[in-house]
Amino acid sequence: MSITGAARRSLRLPALPTRAVIGLAVLVALLLVSAAAPLLAPFGEAEIVSNESFGFPAVVGPLGTDHLGRDLLSRLLYGGRSTLLLALATTAIAFVVGVGAGLGAAMAGGVIDEVVSRFFDALLSFPSIVLALLMIGALGTSMPVLIGTVALVEACRVFRMARALAIDISALDFVAAARARGEGTWWLAAREVLPNALGPLSVEFGLRFTYAILFLSALSFIGLGVQPPTADWGVMVRENAKGLLYGSPAALVPAACITLVTLSVNTIVDAFADRDQDLRVPDMPP
Amino acid sequence: MKPLLEVERLVVEAGGAAPGRILDGIDLRIAPGEVVAAIGASGSGKSTLGLALAGYARPGTRIASGRIRFDEHDVLALPARELRLLRGRDIAFVPQSAAAAFNPALTIGAQVVEAAVLRGEASRAEGSRLAHRLFVGFGLPDPQSIGRRYPHQVSGGQLQRAAAAMAFAGNPKLIVFDEPTTSLDVTTQVGVLAAFRERIRSCKTAALYISHDIAVAAELADRIVVLEHGRIVDQGGARELVSRHGARRRDRALTRVLPDAEPLLAVDRLTVGYGRSAAPVLAEVSFDIRHGETVGVIGESGSGKSTLARALIGLLQSRNGAIAFAGQPLPALVRHRSLRTRKALQIAFQSADVALNPRQRAGDILGRPLTMFRGLRGAERDREVSRLLALFELPADVAMRFPSQLSGGQKQRINLARALAGEPDLVICDEVTSALDGDLRLSVIDLLRRLRDERALSLLFITHDLSCAAELADRIVVLHRGRVVETGPTAELLDRPVHPHTAELVRSVPRPEAGWLDRALAQRPATKPVAPVL
Repeated sequence: MSITGAARRSLRLPALPTRAVIGLAVLVALLLVSAAAPLLAPFGEAEIVSNESFGFPAVVGPLGTDHLGRDLLSRLLYGGRSTLLLALATTAIAFVVGVGAGLGAAMAGGVIDEVVSRFFDALLSFPSIVLALLMIGALGTSMPVLIGTVALVEACRVFRMARALAIDISALDFVAAARARGEGTWWLAAREVLPNALGPLSVEFGLRFTYAILFLSALSFIGLGVQPPTADWGVMVRENAKGLLYGSPAALVPAACITLVTLSVNTIVDAFADRDQDLRVPDMPP
Repeated sequence: MKPLLEVERLVVEAGGAAPGRILDGIDLRIAPGEVVAAIGASGSGKSTLGLALAGYARPGTRIASGRIRFDEHDVLALPARELRLLRGRDIAFVPQSAAAAFNPALTIGAQVVEAAVLRGEASRAEGSRLAHRLFVGFGLPDPQSIGRRYPHQVSGGQLQRAAAAMAFAGNPKLIVFDEPTTSLDVTTQVGVLAAFRERIRSCKTAALYISHDIAVAAELADRIVVLEHGRIVDQGGARELVSRHGARRRDRALTRVLPDAEPLLAVDRLTVGYGRSAAPVLAEVSFDIRHGETVGVIGESGSGKSTLARALIGLLQSRNGAIAFAGQPLPALVRHRSLRTRKALQIAFQSADVALNPRQRAGDILGRPLTMFRGLRGAERDREVSRLLALFELPADVAMRFPSQLSGGQKQRINLARALAGEPDLVICDEVTSALDGDLRLSVIDLLRRLRDERALSLLFITHDLSCAAELADRIVVLHRGRVVETGPTAELLDRPVHPHTAELVRSVPRPEAGWLDRALAQRPATKPVAPVL
């Protein structure tokens, strides 16, 4: 059945609360500005523009300079591009892996479920930063390794949630009705279970996205993340931490950006979580 | 005697999307100690009336005009604080679903006397003694310790009694019962009704008893008012009204002539259990269904009815026994069954709320079996969906809607339409009428009867409600604790039940004649909890 305009109007979704609209606007603005970094940035990503370290804002460049005399605004724009892109890529990979494995394990059940679940449990038993240290230590600090590591750490959490959701939903009668019709596992997972898990999963996506930013920043901060001279908000906080002693805001500005993204994503996630209440599967009768 | 409650020209209006009058000029008096029943179909305004007595209107509705005088108070003119004191202390409420009324995180004992303790009428210790007395009064088992249990640890019938105990805790002058037994099965209902009647009589409390079942209302009430579209259309003494209304009930010839041929479905000593060692849920169940025949399976909750449905449809592995369909042995699990048998044997689940995928439009829900079993796609499929909707008396635009945008009755019709979409030979209906109230239930039964007669369809109609089974079934199979205890043609089985359990089920059905509750109670086996004595 195609969706007609009338039907869509009759499904009119409730307006988002103001907080979420502001959050969404901030996030979209940050994404656009970061994406357009090469066009907007007055200087290059690693270009040294002044021989004055920690130059003061408005004196040398609009936001001042960093510890090597690079333009902070340009670094911030380029850094946003890498931070947000990396977070988005790792979260997306984590969801493909985690949701795929979670649904698969829940639908297959039995030995397969047991094996897959214990595998992810084993990974979860490491503190995430230790797991990352081990992997990056063993495989080096290339970009694919970094993305893979963060994605794997996140995927463990996503797997747990996706599996629990799938088991809950599979117990409902509409899934039984589909089974009784003789639908295959693929149909059951993709058409009956997944659409009903999308609400909670999209909320989880928002949360995981912010965790990924924080985790990547933490890795950058201890020197295992994005490598210099590539700009990254986490890297910038670490590089410029010394500047705080000289009264330079060079470390605070990228930190504020991380906070801003995290907060805006959270307001959006909250709004979706509230709205999902109206669309969720009704409770089983007692 | 001066009435305890006097309602004059009460009007309650709905605003918002569907404005209109829910109550349209109600006049009602209840004397002290009098029990009045308000009966009517769903949507007649009876629950709204119950809430309005305590000056409450649901969100989106408002009490527009009229006067409610309760025991020297003008309820509608009371300030909010006094109104709050009145509710719970002088006017108490027993809701339809006790499960929803109790906080799952607190013990029953704490909640039953919570209000009395909060109002300072009883100390905590007095409160627990009061709770104990109430539990004894309502015939709850183990009154010493039941108060320490949580709501999920007692049965539905027990929880409903506890909800009533909560209402009685403050010694109110008036209690409003809002369909308190609708969600219980018939045998449980008898016990709960007896407990209510006993308490109302011994406490001399006035009550408004809201129900859609005149037979239930008549057992408790002195007087009955009949509501329709927000107006009182009839009233009178309970017995007189019952004799007037009750007569026009089922009088259908219950047996139809059936071709005597090989059975369509033959179940032979089917045994099903969960886990390896646990006692089987179904033990050696055998019965047949012939072509075009409707077989009713009745039993209490826990008798194995739904397990039977799931085993027949191939969702549960049976431990033992065999099923034959159209002369061919049927593999136990659905994944080993051919497309043809899956098409021919369909199921409709109990609760349409969970039987329909909330993220699929009704058109897709119906379209899938059309594609799978009949190979219809695109415009052809859409045409067939429209035809199905028309057959089930649903407007065409329903196809575009999600389940949450449909009414309860519409959802149940979609649920049934999906089972019929593949043009099956046999449909298993698992409690499809249980969640529906009087009128909807009758319309669904009518629909099933019509479809069955038009299409030579066989039905396996599983229900705990004997009266529904009696409306439809040619033969009845009685399940009790996983075993078939009796089977026979409907009329015969109802008139001359042989097995004591069947007899009890038959007696427990509310009947449109005075005194059925006493007879049902009198003939109960002595081992069952009988009406409490205080």
